[in-house]
Amino acid sequence: MADVEKSREVKKQEAGGGVATERTRTGRIYMPNVDISEDREGLTLYADLPGAGDEDVSVTLENDVLTIEAKVSPPAKVGDHRLSYAEYGVGDYFRAFTITEPIDRDRIEAKMKDGVLRIVLPKKEEAKPKQIKIQAG
Amino acid sequence: MARIGRIGWSWDPIQEMERLERDWSDLFSGFNRPSAAKYPPVNVFTGEDDVVITSEIPGVNPEDVDLSVTGDVLTMKGTRRQQELGEGQAWHRRERGYGDFYRTIQLPYNVDSSKVEANYSKGILRITLPRAEVDKARKISVKTA
Repeated sequence: MADVEKSREVKKQEAGGGVATERTRTGRIYMPNVDISEDREGLTLYADLPGAGDEDVSVTLENDVLTIEAKVSPPAKVGDHRLSYAEYGVGDYFRAFTITEPIDRDRIEAKMKDGVLRIVLPKKEEAKPKQIKIQAG
Repeated sequence: MARIGRIGWSWDPIQEMERLERDWSDLFSGFNRPSAAKYPPVNVFTGEDDVVITSEIPGVNPEDVDLSVTGDVLTMKGTRRQQELGEGQAWHRRERGYGDFYRTIQLPYNVDSSKVEANYSKGILRITLPRAEVDKARKISVKTA
């Protein structure tokens, strides 16, 4: 449960720390929270991108850098309502990771569901750990 | 909300202070001040006849979210399930939270709980809470004697 408490305190972080270049589009950019797991088959990444649909997200892997980007437009006004209280901001998402494992680029899968992006990055066949049979002799 | 300008001879610092204070109290009127643990985060849009609340809860099953309204208090309760780790898998990073959440939100007016609507799309929960009929503001015409 300690994880939960910790994550609650982590606010939606604005990206920018590692981004050296400026973007042409103005507006806020947020850094999505991610979970990354690994097994012998490959890496699986989950990213929280609330407000982004499947057509808004782009995932690229170039020179061992995996980039996740999503364009989210702040909602147009809700009728004639005024925003009376706000706890979260709405904007684009950006985050990039260096992937050191050799990845089979043709078999990468990415899927959006309920604001969560899931990327499966299968390892190249030769990078998978192999059990070496020991022969008696 | 903030008005820019008002420079020149008519600028009055006292008046400006009062205006800022008004805007500020306006912002929080009727709502709870932010508390330490607040998940999921909400944005509140207020209109004449209803309140719209949007909340970022990506990756939950709508069936795991329980909403209830009593008078002018909205209660959000639910669970964000943990991502199960498969055989031989290990975590590299874990930043997305999981677990149970519970929070109550004070609404600016009484709500007709039978007309409350909620939908979940792209990880955003959107709740429309119509103002109770008895609670609606009535215009009172002033008669001359």
